[in-house]
Amino acid sequence: MYKTVFERPKALTDVPLHYCPGCTHGIIHRLVAETIDELEILDNTVGIAPVGCSVFAYNYFNCDMIEAAHGRAPAVATGVKRTHPDNIVFTYQGDGDLAAIGTAETVHSATRGENITVIFINNCIYGMTGGQMAPTTIPGQVTTTTPYGRFRSIQGNPIRVCEMLSTLDGVALAARVSVDTPANINNAKKMIKKAFQNQIDRKGFSIVEVLSTCPTNWGLSPSDALQWLRDNMIPYYPLGTYKDGEALKDGE
Amino acid sequence: MSNKVLMKGNEAIAEAAIKSGCLYFFGYPITPQTEISEYMAKRMPKVGGLCLQAESEVAAINMLMGASAAGSRAMTSSSSPGISLKSEGISYIAGCDLPCLIVNVQRGGPGLGGIQPSQSDYYQATRGVGHGDLRILVLAPSSVQEMASLTAEAFDLADEYRMPAMLLADGALGQMMEPVDFSVFPKRELAPKTWATNGLKNHEGKKNIINSLFIDPNELENSVIERYKRYDIVEEKEVRYEEYLTDDADIVLVAFGITARICKSAVTELRNQGIKAGLLRPVTLWPYPKKIISKLADHAKAFISVEMSMGQMVDDVRLAVNGKRPVYFFGRTGGIIPSVEEVICETTKISETL
Repeated sequence: MYKTVFERPKALTDVPLHYCPGCTHGIIHRLVAETIDELEILDNTVGIAPVGCSVFAYNYFNCDMIEAAHGRAPAVATGVKRTHPDNIVFTYQGDGDLAAIGTAETVHSATRGENITVIFINNCIYGMTGGQMAPTTIPGQVTTTTPYGRFRSIQGNPIRVCEMLSTLDGVALAARVSVDTPANINNAKKMIKKAFQNQIDRKGFSIVEVLSTCPTNWGLSPSDALQWLRDNMIPYYPLGTYKDGEALKDGE
Repeated sequence: MSNKVLMKGNEAIAEAAIKSGCLYFFGYPITPQTEISEYMAKRMPKVGGLCLQAESEVAAINMLMGASAAGSRAMTSSSSPGISLKSEGISYIAGCDLPCLIVNVQRGGPGLGGIQPSQSDYYQATRGVGHGDLRILVLAPSSVQEMASLTAEAFDLADEYRMPAMLLADGALGQMMEPVDFSVFPKRELAPKTWATNGLKNHEGKKNIINSLFIDPNELENSVIERYKRYDIVEEKEVRYEEYLTDDADIVLVAFGITARICKSAVTELRNQGIKAGLLRPVTLWPYPKKIISKLADHAKAFISVEMSMGQMVDDVRLAVNGKRPVYFFGRTGGIIPSVEEVICETTKISETL
């Protein structure tokens, strides 16, 4: 007699992921999919895929999916959610998508208090185009477009998204998590689930920023990449919950 | 009792949209179309709809994409510079085979241009509304009544052919007041939107994906070819135009929108003066009424394209005439509306050379 102790979540399709070896997108996809399964919302969820490494997310999640233009996922999500308030709508976006080209869509959907869930993958680099500077590339970091390192005086400073969004009245949850250790993965799962539960409870805009690795474009082995994340990213992007509450409502 | 109400062109668009079942409007203020947003903001809450002011034209068109992807009848409106911003989204919407209505109440350009009426977005609407191989339906009203009726028609056309439709108006039509009858719009039988991404429980079978990305060039080519087969049907079945005294005309004026009304007055006066002028008014700018223009070229001796631009639609007239007859252009631009006298003067000059 065998008992199933581990299986693919129903919210993930049975196709090979295209991500590079050691990339943490796969882990984060799984956490989102487990959440959708556990909350029993698969038949009611609409996901919005970004442009970037996770552009093919529409092939991996087993719910209805829309592929948005670069940075526009929160606007597309707004269109779905406002016309279908009973759907559960989430976006899955990288740092270039969410914090550079889509900054306006991110900030304004957050401050409007759109009742959506945003999964934000921050790996400090543009992966899909081959390792260019991201809005979250940290000072000194070498990329193909900062070959001598990122200088504050030349390329300017990176953006701390959760800290910025936590100042907005429409935000219910802004939390930064990491998937570099089993303990952090468990905590990331908790936050992702909370971000979806918030939407079910109509609490407003919820964003979970997940610190993620890019071994290929960082030029590191998967394990060295995890260490680089701990040594360089977490000090610049501290883990934690920056806001946990509810978007302000009319009259408040 | 008459069903007619006196309305501004911009308001007629908004009311016609609501009466056509459009309950979602995503906009951003820009002169001379802002009345559409203002009217929607007043009316939508009363009919259970939504008027949402976006942070930009870019956001508004993408909200529209989301609404349409989820199966809702929805629209946005803007004026020339704002349409340039929407260009990216229009391309994605076309590439995803989504229906929607985009209104352009044109003003002068390029750049910030001016805020007076213009038709200088003809190329943009019919040629370059977004990157890639694509067409959108383009309807050109010439009265406040048509601002309403073509809005209704555009929604149905967009749904039937799963493609974006644009109402290409101008600042004069947007701002002027005329009587409108909302009780006369025909409605099409439309298929249910089984492709919508509104949750698995709301449609049968497997998950729906709305997407314009095809990494394999063969797949992309095939998807574009399939879409162009639909465009062929549109070109075959959905061309609209109006003819005025063209049967025996020696000289045919071709004009759309507000310019066509000026030309109609000019044609009437030219006939009084013994010049056999006629008017062809394209109502659909894409699909363009090229067959009728080609047919008219069998007997008419010359064509004049009259526009509020430096000459854009004239290219389509030339393509349709295909060298059979000379094609002239007359226009004013920058927000200046050509006068009836100017059109008469130009037509008379040309008729003297025939």
